[in-house]
Amino acid sequence: MSGEVERTFEIINHTADVGIIAYGANIKQAFANAALALFSLITEPKDIKERLQRDLEITAEDEPALLVEWLNELIYLFDVEYILFNRFEIDSLTKTQLKARCYGEKIRPQWHKLKTGVKAATYHMLKIDKNGGGYKIRVIFDV
Amino acid sequence: MSQWEKKLNKIDDYRWEIPKDYKPGMRVPGLIYASEAMLKSILEEQSLEQVANVAFLPGIVQHSLAMPDIHSGYGFPIGGVAATTVKDGVISPGGVGYDINCGVRLLRTNLTEKEVRPKIKELINELFTNVPSGLGSEGKIRISERELDEVMIKGARWAIEHGFGFSEDLEVTEEEGCLDRANPEKISTKAKKRGIPQLGTLGSGNHFLEVQIVSEIYERDIAKVMGIDQVGQVLVLIHTGSRGFGHQVCSDHLRIMEVVAQKKYGISLPDRELACVPINSEEGKDYLSAMACAANYAWTNRQCITHWTRESFVKIMGKSLSELGMEQIYDVAHNIAKMEKYSVNDKDLTLCVHRKGATRAFPAGHKDIPQKYKRVGQPVLIPGDMGRCSYIATGTDKAMRESFGSTCHGAGRAQSRTAARRSLRGAEVARELESRGITVKTGSISSLAEEASQAYKDVTDVVEVAHQAGISRKVAMAVPIGVIKG
Repeated sequence: MSGEVERTFEIINHTADVGIIAYGANIKQAFANAALALFSLITEPKDIKERLQRDLEITAEDEPALLVEWLNELIYLFDVEYILFNRFEIDSLTKTQLKARCYGEKIRPQWHKLKTGVKAATYHMLKIDKNGGGYKIRVIFDV
Repeated sequence: MSQWEKKLNKIDDYRWEIPKDYKPGMRVPGLIYASEAMLKSILEEQSLEQVANVAFLPGIVQHSLAMPDIHSGYGFPIGGVAATTVKDGVISPGGVGYDINCGVRLLRTNLTEKEVRPKIKELINELFTNVPSGLGSEGKIRISERELDEVMIKGARWAIEHGFGFSEDLEVTEEEGCLDRANPEKISTKAKKRGIPQLGTLGSGNHFLEVQIVSEIYERDIAKVMGIDQVGQVLVLIHTGSRGFGHQVCSDHLRIMEVVAQKKYGISLPDRELACVPINSEEGKDYLSAMACAANYAWTNRQCITHWTRESFVKIMGKSLSELGMEQIYDVAHNIAKMEKYSVNDKDLTLCVHRKGATRAFPAGHKDIPQKYKRVGQPVLIPGDMGRCSYIATGTDKAMRESFGSTCHGAGRAQSRTAARRSLRGAEVARELESRGITVKTGSISSLAEEASQAYKDVTDVVEVAHQAGISRKVAMAVPIGVIKG
């Protein structure tokens, strides 16, 4: 997968909150990297083992809303079921629908070092850009 | 990010205006409370562009306001106040924020620094054990979905009925700890699932519980009415909100409004996070009912934490609550929308006042403040960052005329979380605080760096601007000696 040698994501500054920029050779990879970036804010993704799988199906009215809903669904699963994810396989993605298999495990308090509590993905400064080489996504999170 | 160098007119030393013709679509001018020195750092980010964007909201009256602790938020700036007419204006969840009814509660004690200092480590440890905090923490209250519905409807009274505190606490809580239009049917299953395990938790981020010492009293008579008698007296400040529950309510309703704002109501705005609908529309009423549920959840949350704080003091100080004199001074919401009456251009209007990172500041004599404070005005609680100080102020008549009964809510961030993390280490921050006599206990030492003094504006400057501009009046200052953080 080209994403493994190219940039996957980076963390950006925003006064009260934190943001991410995720990259991908295609839009699926960019959505998956945005999710990975989200969990890198919460903990160290390398410490997350693949012990469980969740299949998600998200629908929304347009692409930005779909991105926000996708990330909010993962935040919800973290908040309610204490699941940390580190791998995302996006099976299908249109402007209004996403199907993904997500892999991770529940928080082990002595094992995982929790960093930032992310509460919601926002539309603030949200961007999905396509350029020659692929896709670039920007999201600001409320923490 | 580039400097904001657009149109800004100086009104006086503490007030600045963004004229209505700054960009087409603004319905009212912007009004910013700031000193010349503070304005410099405000201009370094885009928050004034957000003040101008808020002026687009249909039905907004008088001004789009920015308190001196303004910083960039999403859609609305943090430290923003906007009042829209109930008759033909809009409600915007972004004008309330994700953490609905994030707020502050202040407790007094009869204790002095001399009595508490020797036991501060023990006290902070006990508070840390007794008050659930931090990321992924569960509350110790086990409630069913049906009980959560009761929390949403009753607010802080639910906690009192279950033994967490006294009915006197309600008298000194904004709205007596309950907004009355709450309807749990307007709450999603997701929000309920996030709400159930988190009731009675402090949370993470900038939320905290602080043991403080009164360090200065500016208005002795007013302070006395609040139960603040002397320098050296011990107070406790609790800062938290509606946790994941409020965030889910905000996200859910923002999503609905996003779809209908333009299509159904023809409202177009410069930022998706400003999504709004007419107050009297079905979606508007639904949001207000859901927002009330989240606000009531937050008041219940602070009420439960108050109870465990009292318990911890009784245990460690070895005195009864009456000996300790642990009464509540006040509880304010600083992320909320309220229906309030104002006179605008000699017309009496009912307005929906959005306060996002702003505190209600009603003056003496106002009908909506407790009997106890009728003569002196509503207590305004303004926490600073954990290394500096906090203020207690009161509301003024000028705030009623000019800022829809609102003033600042805190220090306001000056540095982003990532920048703070890069320049500081949590452990160093903890050591530095210890060396200044402040005991800190946190679930996440690394996140301590994000909340260090250096990351915030100096709350003293913020409060001074509000005082000089006349929208609140300083009463006392307190400094921390112990802090628990999530």
